[in-house]
Amino acid sequence: MRINCPFCGTRGNEEFTVLGAADPVRPDADAPVPDWVAYAHARENPRGPHRDLWQHQHGCRAWLVVERDTLTHAVIAVRPARDA
Amino acid sequence: MDYSIFGLLKNALTGNRLWAPVWRDPAPKQRYDTLIVGGGGHGLATAYYLAKEHGITDVAVLEKGYIGSGNVGRNTTIIRSNYLLPANTHFYEKSLQLWEGLEQDLNYNAMVSQRGVLNLFHSDAQRDAYARRGNAMRLAGVDADLLDAVTVRAMVPGIEMQDARFPVKGGLLQQRGGTVRHDAVAWGYARAADRRGADILQNTEVTGIRVEAGRVLGVETTRGFIGARRIGLAAAGHSSRVAAMAGLRLPIESHVLQAFVSEAVKPLLDTVVTFGAGHFYVSQSDKGGLVFGGDIDGYNSYAQRGSLPVVEEVMECAVTLFPAFSRLRYLRQWGGVMDMSMDGSPIIDRTPVEGLFLNCGWCYGGFKATPASGWCFAHTIATGQPHPLNAAFRLDRFATGAVLDEKGAGARPNLH
Ligand SMILES: Cc1cc2nc3c(=O)[nH]c(=O)nc-3n(C[C@H](O)[C@H](O)[C@H](O)COP(=O)(O)OP(=O)(O)OC[C@H]3O[C@@H](n4cnc5c(N)ncnc54)[C@H](O)[C@@H]3O)c2cc1C
Ligand SMILES: [Zn+2]
Repeated sequence: MRINCPFCGTRGNEEFTVLGAADPVRPDADAPVPDWVAYAHARENPRGPHRDLWQHQHGCRAWLVVERDTLTHAVIAVRPARDA
Repeated sequence: MDYSIFGLLKNALTGNRLWAPVWRDPAPKQRYDTLIVGGGGHGLATAYYLAKEHGITDVAVLEKGYIGSGNVGRNTTIIRSNYLLPANTHFYEKSLQLWEGLEQDLNYNAMVSQRGVLNLFHSDAQRDAYARRGNAMRLAGVDADLLDAVTVRAMVPGIEMQDARFPVKGGLLQQRGGTVRHDAVAWGYARAADRRGADILQNTEVTGIRVEAGRVLGVETTRGFIGARRIGLAAAGHSSRVAAMAGLRLPIESHVLQAFVSEAVKPLLDTVVTFGAGHFYVSQSDKGGLVFGGDIDGYNSYAQRGSLPVVEEVMECAVTLFPAFSRLRYLRQWGGVMDMSMDGSPIIDRTPVEGLFLNCGWCYGGFKATPASGWCFAHTIATGQPHPLNAAFRLDRFATGAVLDEKGAGARPNLH
């Protein structure tokens, strides 16, 4: 798999580390427990397009949101995490 | 028909033309008492133990592909019960005990080989950690031996003991661990379940779960609707997708793990060895090929194939530990899609939907669990209550905090 870093260009995925799903939103500190459980543990885990967080660890070190197809490994879009 | 030496001789003398199929290929009935979704090792074992232990034979196993096409036929065949946490230790030890009697029970040669599993350690701190795990195992009645470097060298001559960066300081051996021929496990359970009355429906994909007033009614499949009173999900890497059909969102990500087989060579390794300074494990099959694997690729995937960086990493570990392997060619490589759970441990439980049961989250270690998983899942489905052996494998542990995190890695599936 090759990921197109918006800052460095297309690189092999071994230059990156992956954190996991990008979409769960961190609840407020005083949100009810089920919200925290869902945030920390429940995952959509789709078979198809999926957005996950990667860091270009061995490159520019930017955090990126990578939209990928989990069935074909096609990379659909890569954006800096702060804009995604 | 039971297998015996006389049957083998008869079929050998008649050119092996008289063997009959060992399970039926029935048309689906409109309704069953119990449906199992997923014809992998766990689903087939569940159908078998439902019949054997609980007398429930009005059962169908629904498999979208063919028997053995999933992880049950893709794994590196290692069995062991060398866990630290009590819930895992007791469960996997039950599994190992079932493996020990499996071939007689199923009348099927699964090539269960208790050749030992040797986990190497490479530092003083790691020795302490392994000693602790070995002691925990012994307290639970499981065999474990802490070996020093001299013993390891005598036991496995091919290991590079003096690697400058990762010298081998010893190992934790579970002599009762070993390997089992994985396809034979699928076939043996399929045959045994069929003989006790279960219908094995291949090429039957579940596309929906019908739920009314909080209770299951049956499943939509590519061969039409099939009604049932109880449904057990055992879809391994696809558990999230199948559970979503009943509105459940699981604490699971699907990840790919790769495995490799080398060209066949003369016997050089008579045990299972794992490298403690990287992720690498290896055994030698009876055909002579070295069967080995490493870490998961680390990102969500349903692709059943991995990427090259992990191939490189596994090969690096292989030649670090066994320099002689550097001249070998690898013959085949493949990937399987697994349920990585948020704490690295499995789930065998009821669900909030009445009549719907869940068996998932086996990560990269569910092959060794096959007998006990089927045994416990059958108990849970038949009685409506978990057995004490799977009572800790609850779905709600992620909410209550009673997680089973062997590694202490937290809610990061790709770190377990
Ligand atoms: C490369 C690799 C190496 C491994 N090595 C080891 C090891 O050495 N030791 C160990 O203990 N474990 C190992 N594992 C893990 C182990 O293989 C799995 O945890 C275990 O096989 C999962 O249970 P199963 O056999 O029931 O899964 P599977 O055989 O995958 O069964 C699940 C079945 O469900 C079917 N299915 C999915 N969706 C549907 C649907 N909608 N309708 C109908 N059917 C459906 C699939 O087709 C599949 O056949 C390894 C896994 C891999 C991938
Ligand atoms: Zn970059």
